[in-house]
Amino acid sequence: MSWYLATPIILPFATAVLAFLFRNTPEGRYISVAGSIGTLIAAVILMGQVLDQGVVAAQMGGWPAPFGITLVADYLSAVMVVITAITGLAVAVYSIGDITERMDQLGFHALFQVLIAGVTGAFLTGDLFNLYVWFEVMLISSFGLLVLGGSKQQLDAGIKYVTLNLISTILFLSGIGLLYGMTGTLNMADLAGSVDRIQDQGTLTVIATMFLIGFGVKAAVFPLFFWLPASYHTPSFAVSAVFAGLLTKVGVYALIRMFTLVFDTDVAFTHTLLLWIAGFTMVTGVLGAAAQTDFRKILSFHIVSQIGYMVLGLALFTPLALVGAVFYLVHHIIVKANLFLIAGVAQRISGSTELGAIGGLYKGAPFLALLFLIPAFSLAGFPPLSGFWAKYVLVKAALEVEGWIIAGVALAVGLLTIYSMTKIWGQAFWKPHPEGYVPTLATLPAGQKLALMTPITALAIMTVLIGVFPQPFVSFAETSAAQLLDPTLYIETVLRLNAPLDAITAPATALPEVTQ
Amino acid sequence: MADTGPQVPRLFGGPSGWISVAVPLVLFIWFLQFIPAIAAGETLRWSIEWVPSLDVAISFWLDGLSLTFALLITGIGALVTLYSAQYLGTQPQYPRFILFLMAFMIGMLGLVLADNLLALFVFWEVTTISSYLLIGYLADEAKSRRSALQALLVTGTGGLAFLAGIVLIGFAAGSFELSEIRDVELRDHPWIVAISILFLAGAFTKSAQFPFHFWLPNAMAAPTPVSAYLHSATMVKAGIYLMARMNPTLGGTDLWFWSLTIAGGFTAVFASILAMRQSDIKQVLAYTTLMALGTLTLFIGAGTSAAIKGAMLFLIVHSLYKAALFLMIGIVDHRTGSREAEVLSGLSRKMPLTALAAVLAALSMAGIPPLIGFIGKEFLYKAALSMPTAQLWITGTAFAASALMFAVGGIVALRPFFGKLGDTPKAPREGPIAMLVGPLILAGLGLALGVNSDWAETLVRPATAAVYGSPVAVDLYLYKEVNAALILSLVTFATGIVLYLGHRRLRARLASIESWNPIHFDRGWDRFLDGFAAFAKWQAQKLQHGVLRRYIFVIFAFLGVTAAYAMWLRDAWQVQFDFTGVAFRDWAVLIFITAGAFVTATANSRMTAVAALGVVGIGVALIFIMFGAPDVAITQLLVETLVVVLVALAMLKLPYLNPKKIAEIRGWDALVAILVGTTSAIVLLASMAEPLDRRLTDYFELTSWPEAYGRNVVNVILVDFRALDTFGEIAVVMIAALGAFVLLRGTPKGEEK
Repeated sequence: MSWYLATPIILPFATAVLAFLFRNTPEGRYISVAGSIGTLIAAVILMGQVLDQGVVAAQMGGWPAPFGITLVADYLSAVMVVITAITGLAVAVYSIGDITERMDQLGFHALFQVLIAGVTGAFLTGDLFNLYVWFEVMLISSFGLLVLGGSKQQLDAGIKYVTLNLISTILFLSGIGLLYGMTGTLNMADLAGSVDRIQDQGTLTVIATMFLIGFGVKAAVFPLFFWLPASYHTPSFAVSAVFAGLLTKVGVYALIRMFTLVFDTDVAFTHTLLLWIAGFTMVTGVLGAAAQTDFRKILSFHIVSQIGYMVLGLALFTPLALVGAVFYLVHHIIVKANLFLIAGVAQRISGSTELGAIGGLYKGAPFLALLFLIPAFSLAGFPPLSGFWAKYVLVKAALEVEGWIIAGVALAVGLLTIYSMTKIWGQAFWKPHPEGYVPTLATLPAGQKLALMTPITALAIMTVLIGVFPQPFVSFAETSAAQLLDPTLYIETVLRLNAPLDAITAPATALPEVTQ
Repeated sequence: MADTGPQVPRLFGGPSGWISVAVPLVLFIWFLQFIPAIAAGETLRWSIEWVPSLDVAISFWLDGLSLTFALLITGIGALVTLYSAQYLGTQPQYPRFILFLMAFMIGMLGLVLADNLLALFVFWEVTTISSYLLIGYLADEAKSRRSALQALLVTGTGGLAFLAGIVLIGFAAGSFELSEIRDVELRDHPWIVAISILFLAGAFTKSAQFPFHFWLPNAMAAPTPVSAYLHSATMVKAGIYLMARMNPTLGGTDLWFWSLTIAGGFTAVFASILAMRQSDIKQVLAYTTLMALGTLTLFIGAGTSAAIKGAMLFLIVHSLYKAALFLMIGIVDHRTGSREAEVLSGLSRKMPLTALAAVLAALSMAGIPPLIGFIGKEFLYKAALSMPTAQLWITGTAFAASALMFAVGGIVALRPFFGKLGDTPKAPREGPIAMLVGPLILAGLGLALGVNSDWAETLVRPATAAVYGSPVAVDLYLYKEVNAALILSLVTFATGIVLYLGHRRLRARLASIESWNPIHFDRGWDRFLDGFAAFAKWQAQKLQHGVLRRYIFVIFAFLGVTAAYAMWLRDAWQVQFDFTGVAFRDWAVLIFITAGAFVTATANSRMTAVAALGVVGIGVALIFIMFGAPDVAITQLLVETLVVVLVALAMLKLPYLNPKKIAEIRGWDALVAILVGTTSAIVLLASMAEPLDRRLTDYFELTSWPEAYGRNVVNVILVDFRALDTFGEIAVVMIAALGAFVLLRGTPKGEEK
């Protein structure tokens, strides 16, 4: 068993337990930060292994695939784990300045660390039912975080969130049952080959549609995204940042994983459906954002819109388009989490997130203004920031297959993204504060300022670095896309088709002899 | 405006000021050294990789066109930053201003030097963003914010179209390097129309060609140095640069010719007339900038060697006089507190140097010899008169615009400085030397180049060659012989004098026309934005209405429809119903469950529904028993009972249902329920028809005892084979408990809003 695949999952769990034990003392939050640093290190070590070997896999409990549960990391999984750990660390630090003592005592850090564990588990598992378990872990811990604080608004949001996500989970679980019934396996690498042997390919397409909708709810695509704008503006800023960065991306990841590895059997139907969904998601999300007047509500609808771009990359299903999807995923997590963190600071010093009620941040807090401009313009796709490359690659991929309309939609949505980002900029930053005072960062205590601004600065620097030096990231995304489109290495690594047999584990291919 | 804020005397506005002057100055001198080589017809290339995977390189290309632009950008840049240090240097936001201005300058330089189209686009957008931030410099004023947004959205729209055009030309030509694209013949390519339109969308918005012109006069909300630099001398010429640069590749088609000549000519005349309408001299200058941009577009579109030559000369001419005039009006505004043509008068006695700069620049604008502006106009006329097609249109619009420019020259240089001293808000005095240097040098250059016209040739010749695509003989002169162009010039002067004399009446007349003109772009913009916002709001409310039940409905409806569609499309709906072997007790359980479900769905009270749902649960437990899983059945029974009790307790607190309301929605709900139920049943039956693969079951049965030392296979699966799942589920239960704790203990008592 390869420890480096399990540590990024185990560490947050362990941190959760410790943080819970120390929840009543200030140590709890520092344990959470230390644990997050540990998780990041573990994630980087995993990344090193993946860069070295291409795909790494381990069997939990030593039971061979497809019988035991596989943890597996290819380029996509590895980068998602690293970016999750980065987001986790950023939010853990930020929460020192953001989360109240009361919330600490109610177990914020435990819930938060379990959420990170769930997200990481979802990225690393190679087993479909195990993926469902991680979805459950995420759902329940995110629900706890969402209602932490207990305002009526949060409870209302929490109910919508949980109800709609449960529908998604049920669909996913039903899909697993049906797929297992048809193939007799749960291992994703094994499924990749098994689905080709199914005689009734039409029913497989229908099952794929069920998965698509189940994951689609998670990813918050049109017309399934309602839970997201209903809930993301209600919890504490640290919570909404980690939600914004990671939760929907697990859905997108699951879509990408399943619709490249397993459900590539009826691309004409499934990926066309995805293309329509992508287009409508981009447009309805950005229009929704344009209609909002609250900092966080605008950002929430933008998540929906941006998910559309990632789904577009999957839907086009060309090497370049998948490069775009992977690049977009990574870029978006950093940028979106950061924007929510910035919204928190803006609210703290200017009094609200309602744009009509705030202002003057450009004059009073120029550093914050600069830090907002970077992710905001990156999100809007301005060069030379990370979002530009993401958008450019996707537009190019769309034009490459002569998808004129979808390319036009992607570009127009970019314009509307500029529109709503400048709405925030114009109202919260440029406009004088309606109450006449000039909000400044100086009103924050030094320690709190440090805790809030350090992660924001770090994430903004990453956005700039990806924008100015995109080549390594693009190369990485290229390898990742190649692995997704040709999962031979993934399948072989998981099923150990070319590995020497050891004494205990019986290889999958040898099994028919056992049954005789 | 510059007199607000603390008056700290700092030379050149402190370090920001020094740096901001030194950088463009050094660059200007550095670029000067290339003049001999470029004038001799060489082009210089320099390239490093940036994103090789996406064919993006930071590659630069220095030829006549880019060198001309580079010299204008750095030269005027140095003078403008020097001016700004005095004009804004004492303001607390000055360092920020300089940061944006420097970002702009780098962007603009990169734009004109880039060989790689994507690098060019990156720089193009850098100028867009910095322009946005600079127009909004006076952010406290709503007008500045609105103007900044307008400029950003209009040029941003064009920019995105341009990006699409770049991608297409990259596919069509197989390269993003301009120097390679120009060797590829694209005029017969099937995408040429799309590429041309997309490029022109970028160029027209950036260079404010009709009907995208309206943002430019509004952009004058920026401080005067910004207006002079960005919105007159450099950034707005980025679109011109792009058209000039693409002329060898995209020029020569009918589409190109007519789009440019019509838009350019119309913009030139339309803007000149609107310039006459203004009384704020800065606004007058803004509209004359539009006129110049229109003229440049017109002549680049005309495309003959003479037209390109004229355009390149006029490009230099205009940058010099217009920057000088903008900086001049900034000084006047700074020293008198007014920019109104009706207020300012007789300033030459108090501000002689400012007046000198104004008169020299205005003479060049009016096209009077011996200034370079005269030569510029002559060459445009010559080109227009020698056009093989559209001769009348091009000559006519050039003439009309020039005559109006002559009159405008009078308005901006004669009226404010001569005659009786007017009554201004502040007592006028001469501007500070740092602010005078710029306009004096720029206006003086207009004279120097006019007298020594061969100096201009060294730049115009290689620039013309670059735009035309092959070398063109350039011989600039003030006077050689009496020809049609000269006569046209004389007519222009005469018309211009008449217009100047009647300009006040003309302004009043134009104002009255404007009042009933229904098409007003600027107001139309507001209406458009309002309409868009209303539409966005409408659609957001339609989708995100806040009613959970309808969200659920939409999700299930989407599931039902897509699954049914997939079934129909892939012929997956024909399943075999085989009722043989279904025993009586099976039927009984089936009816039991179905009845429970039916009552749940049709009940008019929550209590009945919950109880009926319990019936369904018990029915499911019966199925578990029938198929030999009594342990699961027990769990199911316990959970069902608990759920019914808990939910029933919770429901005591809820209001009664309104049967009328339920009846309204039930029809649709039933439809979706039947759809989802039917498709689910079909999929389930179809999947059961697939032969069962027992690999996993067999393996677990075989290895459970010998390898995992457990006789209960289910237990071994839970704690060993799939222990990670169990671990995760335990975590779920723990966290659920924590979540309940949060909910019960976390709700603040007082906050029951």
